[in-house]
Amino acid sequence: MKNQIILLLLLSNVSFSVVAIPTIQHWQTQTGASVYFVPAPDLPMIDIEITFDAGNARDGDKLGIADLTNDLLNEGAGDYTVDEIAETLENIGAELSFSVSHDRATISLRSLTEENLLQPAVNMLAILLAQANFNSTAFNRVKQQMIVALEYQQQSPATIAKKAFYKAIFTSHPYANLKSGTLESIQALTYEDVQAFYKNYYVAKNMTIAMVGAINRKQAEQLAEKISVKLPAGEKAMLLPAVAALTQAQEIHIDYPSTQTHILIGQPGLARGEADYFVLYVGNYILGGSGLVSQLSQEVREKRGLSYSTYSYFFPRRVAGPFIVSAKTRNKQAEQAIEVVMETLVKFVKNGPTETELNEAKQSITGGFPLRIAENSNIIAYLSIIGFYNLPLDYLHKFNDKIEAVTLEMIKKAFKTKLHLDKLVTVTVGKKIIQNDN
Amino acid sequence: MFYIRLILLNILIINAGLLFAGEVHEFTLNNGLQLIVKEDHRAPVVVSQVWYKVGSSYEMAGKTGLSHMLEHMMFKGTKNYPLGEFSRIMSINGASENAFTSYDYTVYYQMLEKSRLPLSFEMEADRMRNLILTKEEFLKERKVVTEERRVRTEDKPTRRTYEHFLATAYQTSPYQNPIIGWMNDIESYNLADLEQWYQYWYAPNNAIVIVVGDVKAQSVLELAQQHFGILPSLEVAKVANRPEIEQLGSKRLNIQLPAKVPYLVMGYKVPALNTVDKIDYWEIAALDVISYLLDGGKSARFSKNLVRGQEIAVNASAGYDPFSRLTDLFTFRATPTQSHTVIELETALREQVQQLQTTLVEKSELERIKNKIRASQIYEMDSLFYQAIKIGMLEAIGLNWQLFDQYVASIKLVTAEQVQTVANKYLIDKNLTIATLEPQALNQTQSTSGVTE
Repeated sequence: MKNQIILLLLLSNVSFSVVAIPTIQHWQTQTGASVYFVPAPDLPMIDIEITFDAGNARDGDKLGIADLTNDLLNEGAGDYTVDEIAETLENIGAELSFSVSHDRATISLRSLTEENLLQPAVNMLAILLAQANFNSTAFNRVKQQMIVALEYQQQSPATIAKKAFYKAIFTSHPYANLKSGTLESIQALTYEDVQAFYKNYYVAKNMTIAMVGAINRKQAEQLAEKISVKLPAGEKAMLLPAVAALTQAQEIHIDYPSTQTHILIGQPGLARGEADYFVLYVGNYILGGSGLVSQLSQEVREKRGLSYSTYSYFFPRRVAGPFIVSAKTRNKQAEQAIEVVMETLVKFVKNGPTETELNEAKQSITGGFPLRIAENSNIIAYLSIIGFYNLPLDYLHKFNDKIEAVTLEMIKKAFKTKLHLDKLVTVTVGKKIIQNDN
Repeated sequence: MFYIRLILLNILIINAGLLFAGEVHEFTLNNGLQLIVKEDHRAPVVVSQVWYKVGSSYEMAGKTGLSHMLEHMMFKGTKNYPLGEFSRIMSINGASENAFTSYDYTVYYQMLEKSRLPLSFEMEADRMRNLILTKEEFLKERKVVTEERRVRTEDKPTRRTYEHFLATAYQTSPYQNPIIGWMNDIESYNLADLEQWYQYWYAPNNAIVIVVGDVKAQSVLELAQQHFGILPSLEVAKVANRPEIEQLGSKRLNIQLPAKVPYLVMGYKVPALNTVDKIDYWEIAALDVISYLLDGGKSARFSKNLVRGQEIAVNASAGYDPFSRLTDLFTFRATPTQSHTVIELETALREQVQQLQTTLVEKSELERIKNKIRASQIYEMDSLFYQAIKIGMLEAIGLNWQLFDQYVASIKLVTAEQVQTVANKYLIDKNLTIATLEPQALNQTQSTSGVTE
């Protein structure tokens, strides 16, 4: 979740005349994978991020299958055992990581660019992607690990709150579930389920390859071919259903023996590429997206000392992702914190920010742009998102202009259209303490 | 405004060679302030960090958490930049900024577009000496810190287990106390304590300024002289010498908390670079190698033998910090699978230690570690922030930043015999503390109003 927030912020700023904004090179491989490449010659290393449209929104009625499949990719592939895969990569200093979000299943490789190190790393990556063998030992073990992880979630009020919140705002939409599934669903997953999911979604046309590193275009083309050539072309995943708007407000309380109450307030928000993206981004930056200086932080933390961190964000996804306001406070202050949050939110939706707030937010976002693309790790994250969501290739070049174009009226209008204050979901997890007047 | 302990050491350690191949410039101003500049011209940005040599291990009983509280208060304003201005001005200049407190140091940092470095220096120099501490802000911020403690520790059974583990493992060392402080102490220290703590430690001659980015060292020096150079040198307090006394046998504690999943922590008292003579540095490097052997990736022994192989752990990690100021712990943390108990898991972990003591490690394992270190040295160069951290974490405990270079080189020289020797010398019962989390019933009930459907 934390990573997702960072990604959102990261993707949301740009433009500055003195900065060399990377020009994104884009092409398709023979099997139909989309490639996005930025050369970065300064350090002898490369980041490669492979994304499949195979996030847990694709779970269907097999909750947890997306995560399990992704986890199993490096547990045995081609002629290699899990130990051999790990040793081969670690012998050459390559780093491989896997992750699943609602929209995306990601495999990331970091390697040095010396030929004798890079080639074996990429060869292994290609084998994992195309020839994972899902042996039964690994299958059962990783399932057991997922079950313990689910148990562990039960001792985390933050996760309990998130689970209830997603369920409430997305109801029957695939976004309603976390990637971890449920105890019942994980136990029911079969080897055939994993095979079927893999065959369906881990295919070239459903794949985005992002690369940033010290290689040239020709090398990049060769690597992209190598990575994708063994994969069947397959088909792009179907469109996800639209997210339905909520029909009424809802309050959910989960009584839980924690010292703090975790508060989540929100509703379905924003899709990637939506016209109002930048308007809502700037607006939310002022409301709860800019750390200590945001309105929510000022009201809840700085003026009243109620919470260590309070924030709001739109997390844009393929279809409408969540709009979330979050705060945590000791149980007996929960009601007060909710009141302050709601007052701030209602006022913001009604009146919008002030002229000064808007100008300062614009200065902050555009002035901070060079930071957002300073490191290879920043650029690879942008490339992946731009590629996966088909954002324009000049996204980075246009970003600051789009920020500058936002007006007070636009923010007011967009928030009024997007947020329905009479239909908010409020989730609280903690020990309920009834307040007397004191 | 957050605290971390840099137990990322497996990552942090790996960076010498290249880092110090190039242009690191070191200066000391007349007032004693140390300035270290590393040029990195890849992007027009700069990281600026101010390190104070004070952290939770400097604190005395009853006043734990004072350093961290002061870190929060440093954002509360001066005469020139009143309440709220620091964060607001940084924000409108597009800075990404924060601070953290650790056992041995407190660090304030910004990342900025390079032309805004003067702003960072001006405001950091200002709050180094001119902080205004008011009772009103203190009382409010203390509430924030108690909330921070709740969110980080109070409601997290594994974190609380670890906190109690440290408090038991250390008998006299100040590492026994949490960085954020015990709740009782947070609730009882007062404004005068803070005021005194600020006067004790916040002076140019107790600070290190580290700048990494698209700058010229000479201009940074001039800028530092202009802003920090005008501050007077002051008498700085001396940290009390409170070494850990010799442990006389293993210790064990059992934590009972509402939870779902059992958890095991083990820790052996071990030296760090700062606590041994130069001639014994190889011991530190060999201990470090052990942490890689056990937990240096998916091919390392814990993952290979405990998570896979025996399938006794869901996860198992090893931690060692060669750059701590005082005697430290070599730790294991692990979660058993559902078909095994924590006791069985403990036995399995001890077998891993035993194997290190009795059987020489394979050449191929040592070779892998060296390759991993070499690659990580380059990967780390992508982050300006970590390049600065690597310099500061040595300087702030009184070691020269160049030692990093030598140290990483020495890791590559560690032999199988040396690994065996340190395993037999340090990873022994006499130095061991074991904590287990024994989950107690944890219930939740849901109520909903305004139900749809």
